[in-house]
Amino acid sequence: MIRLHRVGFAYPDSPAPILHDVNLTIPEGELCLVIGATGSGKSTLLQIVNGLAPHFTGGHLDGTVTVGGLDTRSHPPRDLAGTVGVVGQNPAAGFVTDRVDDELAYSMEQLGIADSVMRKRVEEVIDLLALGPLRRRALSELSAGEQQRVAIGSALTAHPRVLVLDEPTSALDPTGAEEVLAAILRLVDDLGVTVLLAEHRLERVIQYADSIARVTDDGRVLHGAPVEVLADSPIAPPIIELGRLAGWSPLPRSIRDARRQATGLRQQVREQLQLAPSVAPTHAAGTSGRTALKAQRLRVRYGQVTAVADVDLSLCAGELTAVMGRNGSGKSSLLWALQGTGVRSGGTVHLVGEAGSTGYLDPAELSGPDAIRQIALVPQNPSDLLYLDSVLAECRESDTTTGAAPGTTRATLDRLSPGLSSSSHPRDLSEGQRLALVLAIQLAATPRVLLLDEPTRGLDYAAKRRLGEVLAEHTAAGAAVLLSSHDVEFVANIADRVLVLADGEIITDGPVGEVLTASPSFAPQVAKILRPLPVLVVDTVRAALGAAP
Amino acid sequence: MGLAVATTRSPGLLSTAFLIAAIVIVVAGCQDDSVFARAFPAYLALAAAVVVFRMIFYILVGIKGAGAVLIPLPQIPLPDWAGGIGLLGPVSASGLVAALSAGLALAALLLCFGAAVSLTNPQRTLRSLPASLHLLGTSAVVAMTLAPQLVSSWKRVRRAQHLRGRRLTGAHAVAATTLPVLQDALERSLSLAASMDSRGYARVHKGSSALVLWLMVGALVGAAVGTYALLDGTGPGWLAVPLLVAGAGAAVAGSVIASRRILTTRFRPDPWRLRETVTAGVGLLIAGLAFFVPQLGAGAFAGLSLTFVLCALLAMTPILVVDTR
Repeated sequence: MIRLHRVGFAYPDSPAPILHDVNLTIPEGELCLVIGATGSGKSTLLQIVNGLAPHFTGGHLDGTVTVGGLDTRSHPPRDLAGTVGVVGQNPAAGFVTDRVDDELAYSMEQLGIADSVMRKRVEEVIDLLALGPLRRRALSELSAGEQQRVAIGSALTAHPRVLVLDEPTSALDPTGAEEVLAAILRLVDDLGVTVLLAEHRLERVIQYADSIARVTDDGRVLHGAPVEVLADSPIAPPIIELGRLAGWSPLPRSIRDARRQATGLRQQVREQLQLAPSVAPTHAAGTSGRTALKAQRLRVRYGQVTAVADVDLSLCAGELTAVMGRNGSGKSSLLWALQGTGVRSGGTVHLVGEAGSTGYLDPAELSGPDAIRQIALVPQNPSDLLYLDSVLAECRESDTTTGAAPGTTRATLDRLSPGLSSSSHPRDLSEGQRLALVLAIQLAATPRVLLLDEPTRGLDYAAKRRLGEVLAEHTAAGAAVLLSSHDVEFVANIADRVLVLADGEIITDGPVGEVLTASPSFAPQVAKILRPLPVLVVDTVRAALGAAP
Repeated sequence: MGLAVATTRSPGLLSTAFLIAAIVIVVAGCQDDSVFARAFPAYLALAAAVVVFRMIFYILVGIKGAGAVLIPLPQIPLPDWAGGIGLLGPVSASGLVAALSAGLALAALLLCFGAAVSLTNPQRTLRSLPASLHLLGTSAVVAMTLAPQLVSSWKRVRRAQHLRGRRLTGAHAVAATTLPVLQDALERSLSLAASMDSRGYARVHKGSSALVLWLMVGALVGAAVGTYALLDGTGPGWLAVPLLVAGAGAAVAGSVIASRRILTTRFRPDPWRLRETVTAGVGLLIAGLAFFVPQLGAGAFAGLSLTFVLCALLAMTPILVVDTR
């Protein structure tokens, strides 16, 4: 269905080609997962398949790409519209109309399909993706998960034989992601659609993939059965890492496979935990710490909608807290309200002064450098903070504003994302690199309370590990960190305490081990495999096995 | 539209007031809850501002005629270069009324436009364009969604920059906010364009574009020369009508051929029902009445003629159709 023969791709001003000598054949009805490090050319590979690269993006393409028998060289994207459906990383940016059913019909209108056929297909897609309750709603009012499903639906109504999806679950909560993936699976199973899907969070999709194409750092693509490709891949989900650690063969792909192989491992880990409980993470340590920030009856309303409802919350110094919850449950509003810049409709927020001092400060009353020495926020869209024309200028600006020693920001940045050129423009960086830059800027003032809104979007496993290390260090230095995330595995790795927010209310508040094992949708893979053991991450298992004689 | 014609022909204060009342009632009756419908109060405010400004200008610099003087303000003569315009001066009742009715007429025109926008939702109107104009229509839709996006991204960037802990001032602040906003808008439009491209926007099916081009040029030339001939009394009158007709014909032909090249269809086209017929008919009727018999039943009050009461009543009939549907 999709054939790439000796394909290379390069932008004129880039030193090395993005893709190099790629041969790839994906048969009809296969779900192929595209993986690779941040900025490795996954998106470019997807764009090549539907002809957006090079027809739309520019650049130079070598070799031949055929999709459903059509050569992309002679067929621009609009001619492939009936064959390839594309869903981009940010579906809201691709919406042309303003209502759900109009959006579903847009592709068909362009293809000149008769009104009666359109109505039939719109109904089919609405049933397939469970869009019934949304059909007359305005697109701008939908949640991220709903928007993603509408975007997939609007690609489907044209009856494409190939569906190309770029990180379809990156903005979604675990439940929303499952819904979208279930919809994609139905297409593969029932309609025989060929799917090409790029994703960073492999733990969500690995079990559904028929094959994996891994884009390596030098621009080659390795394609094969999932287990073969992942066996020696530096990018691997926890389930594969656990399989490697335990020496399982073949490597498991689904929780079910793994649980069947894990009987021996469970026994072994249980014994070790009983012998040496110290290897279990000491997450509870921070809770006895000093309170750094206290919010009482905090409320945020937008018109008729209550985003945060009477939340009481205190953050402790030296503790890393994660806020989880559905899309639209009020996580961002809570962070902005705590920081003081956002809307606050009621309640109080106090920064509790250093030990010994009795000062109670409201962050909303602070301004300028004073504010970010006390409390800093990294927003969901970090690039909004950047306005200078080079990485170097941004770093200098940050050092002078916060009064940090020259080079502080740059040093943090190098730890988060090594090898960034000082002269590159912030807008040319990848999403992950921009986040690293903003985080480095906000950390330069060593704020006593650090708030992060969805800091793991677009990050690969290695980048997440580096982020985790920096945050852990900052926490150990006595700061309180609060981050919102959908990324269960990331939270399991770094958080001490987890809050679950639903409809603006805190419904769960407890140590990470308890909260994450309590509900199946929030449980990390290792916990699912080794249940009922209170083990969340591979590192704990490794420590337990390492402690064994 | 009929109301707009009526407004321009309206002789007096009360007639215009009646028309405005009719517009407001129609909008209040038919409004749905779309973004555009919510814009009507803004049009009302604008219209009120127009009236107030008209009055203020009358008092400040208006040419005061004779009549019962209400407020005897002293007239301040301006130097000769001001062209004989005097500041202030005695304010007379009749002058005030004249200013008020002129202001109201302008306001009513504005409201007609506002009502049209808030009742129809431009995006749906654009969908009814012929296929040859479809590409233009889509661009217009995209452009219209851009403005609110710019506002929201402006707010977002301003808010985010407070987080950096440095108050920027002057030109620096403007640059710091404008750059990310514009870059954001550019990225958004690029991703939208990519999405539209990959979804088959502007697929060309068959036929040549040269023919369409020549037909369109012909249509333009015909229209321009024809209009000139028609309006310029000294030119040969016999030339005007055939040229206009030929121009229109060329435009239609070009449009048809262009439509054939771009094969698109409409999902759920808005059907033409009784309500649409009544609305259009009433509009025509009102325009006709106001144009041909403006003085019907005039006399009882100054500036109020039966025609316009009738017009106002007629304008409200579409509400009845909606209600009975």
